[in-house]
Amino acid sequence: MLELINITKNYNPGSVNEICLFKDFNLKVSDKEFVSVVGSNGSGKTSMLNIICGSIGVDSGQILINGQNIVKQKDFVRQRRIGRVYQDPSKGTCPGMTILENMSVAENKGKPYNLRRGVNKARIEAYRDMLRPLNLGLEDKMGIKVGTLSGGQRQALALLMATMTPIDFLILDEHTAALDPKTAEIIMELTDRVVREKLVTTIMVTHNLRYAVEYGSRLIMMHAGNVILDKSEEEKRRLNTDEIMGIFNRISVECGN
Amino acid sequence: MALFLSVLEQGMIYGILALGVYITYKILDFPDLTVDGSFPFGAAITVRMIGGLGLPAVWTLPAAFVGGALVGMCTGLIHVKLKVRDLLSGIIMMTGLYTINLWIAGTGYVAIFDKENVFNNSFVKSILPSFLLDFKNVIIIFLITLAAKYLLDWYMRTKSGFLLRAVGDNDTIVTSLGVDKGLVKIVGLSIANGLVALSGCIYAQQQRCFEISIGTGAVVIGLASVIIGTSIFKKATFIRVTSSVVIGSVLYKACVALAMYAGINANAIKLVTAALFLLILVISTDRRRVKGC
Repeated sequence: MLELINITKNYNPGSVNEICLFKDFNLKVSDKEFVSVVGSNGSGKTSMLNIICGSIGVDSGQILINGQNIVKQKDFVRQRRIGRVYQDPSKGTCPGMTILENMSVAENKGKPYNLRRGVNKARIEAYRDMLRPLNLGLEDKMGIKVGTLSGGQRQALALLMATMTPIDFLILDEHTAALDPKTAEIIMELTDRVVREKLVTTIMVTHNLRYAVEYGSRLIMMHAGNVILDKSEEEKRRLNTDEIMGIFNRISVECGN
Repeated sequence: MALFLSVLEQGMIYGILALGVYITYKILDFPDLTVDGSFPFGAAITVRMIGGLGLPAVWTLPAAFVGGALVGMCTGLIHVKLKVRDLLSGIIMMTGLYTINLWIAGTGYVAIFDKENVFNNSFVKSILPSFLLDFKNVIIIFLITLAAKYLLDWYMRTKSGFLLRAVGDNDTIVTSLGVDKGLVKIVGLSIANGLVALSGCIYAQQQRCFEISIGTGAVVIGLASVIIGTSIFKKATFIRVTSSVVIGSVLYKACVALAMYAGINANAIKLVTAALFLLILVISTDRRRVKGC
C-alpha cells in the first residue's frame, strides 16, 4: 500500500513566483490497484509521480510504502522497487546499447553491478521469448542499437525493461503521449497485459480520457493539486468517456482555459 | 626509421591517454580537463619511484594507475558531491595538481637517464633476441597499450561497465535501475584518469625524464586522437572503438611529426596542434552535416 499523507510542495518558495502545487495532499493506493490519473496541464499529475519516485522533494508530509516512511530515501534507493516508464521514449532505454544489452542491464536491477559479464548468454532465449509477444519483430534484432528503433518499439522495450524484475509499483507517466494513435493502442494493450500478468500496483497518468476509463481499476481526476474525482472500479464501469469529458471541460472553463 | 619508430612509440603511449579521454568525452560526455594534470602526475610518480626511491620500474605502472584513479575520483567527488560544474571540477584539479606534481617530482625537471626503466632493464635484455633490441621500446609499448585496450574492452562488457555506458547515454535509466548515477560517474572518471596517469608513467620512462610542462595540452592531444579515431572508423564494424582511438592517436602523432619534418619551428608546435585539432573538428562535423543529423 502506498500512502501520500499531507504532502505540501511549493515551487520557488520565498520569491514572487512562488507557486503552491500541493497543500495537504492525500492519496491512498491499495495493493494491486491500477489507478488511472487524468487532469489538465499543471494539475500536479506528473509532480505527484515525481514526488513518489523521489525525483523532486517535498516541503512537508509523509510518503508511506506498507507503513514505512520513505520521504528521506534517495531517488535511486526508492526506485529499486519502482518501475517507471516516461513520456519520452528515449528515457526508458539506452540508445547506444543493443536490445540485448539493455535487457541484460535491466534484468540485473536490484543485484550488484559487479565485474561479472554483462550479458548472460543463457538468458538470450528467455529475452527472445519476452520480446516475441510484442509482435514488433524485436526478437530478431537483439544485436542492434536501441537508438535506431522507432518510438513505439522503444517504448514497448522500456515497458518490458521496467517490469522485468520484481517491483512493488509501476509508474506510467503519459507513456503513450508521444506515440501515434495506433502504436499508442498497442502499447496500452501491452501495458494492460503486463499489469494483469504481474499483478503490480500501477499508477498511470494519461491525457487520453478513453484509456483512463477503459483501463485500470480506479480513476482519479486531479485539478490544481487536489483530487476532485475518485471513482472505484464499480463506479468507473458505469462511467463513459463523455461524462468524464464533461467534468473535465467544466473545470477547465472554471480555470479560464 | 627512427622518426617512424618514435611516431609509433609516442602514438601508442598517447593512445593509452586517448583511451582515458574516450571514457570521459565519449562515454560519460564529461569534458575532463583533469587530464592536463593527471598525465604529468603519472610521470611525477614514476620519476620519484625510479629516481628518488630506487624502486623497481614495473611497480610504477600500477602505482601510476592507482594514483591517477585517485585523482579522477577527486574530480568526480568535486563534481558530484560538491555540485561543481564538470568543466570547472577538472580545471580545479588540473590547477591544484601542478603544485602537487612539483612536490612529488621535487623540481620541474627530473632526469632518470642512468636508471633502469621498463624498457631498459636486465630482464628485457635477457629475453629479447639481439636483433629486436632496437625495437624493444615499440614492442613493450605495444604490449602495454594492447593490455590496457583489452582490459578496457573487458570492463566495458561487465555489468559495471554496462552501467558506465548507460550513465553517459541516459542517466535517468541508471537511477531507475536503483543505482546512484553520481557513483558511476566517479568510477568512470577514476578509470579514465588512471589510464591517463599510466600513459604519463610510460611517457616519462620513454623520455627518461619528467618535465612539469608535459601536461600542457595533453587533453587536446587526447581529444584529437579520439575524434580522429572515431570519425575515420565510424562505419567500420570490424574494428573496436578502443582500437580506433589508439590508431587515431598514432595518426595524430604522425601528422604532428610530418609538420615538424616539413620544417615547422619546434616553438610553433602548440599552434600546429591547435590548428590540427580545429581542422579535425571541422572535417568530422562536416561529415555529420552531410548525413543530415
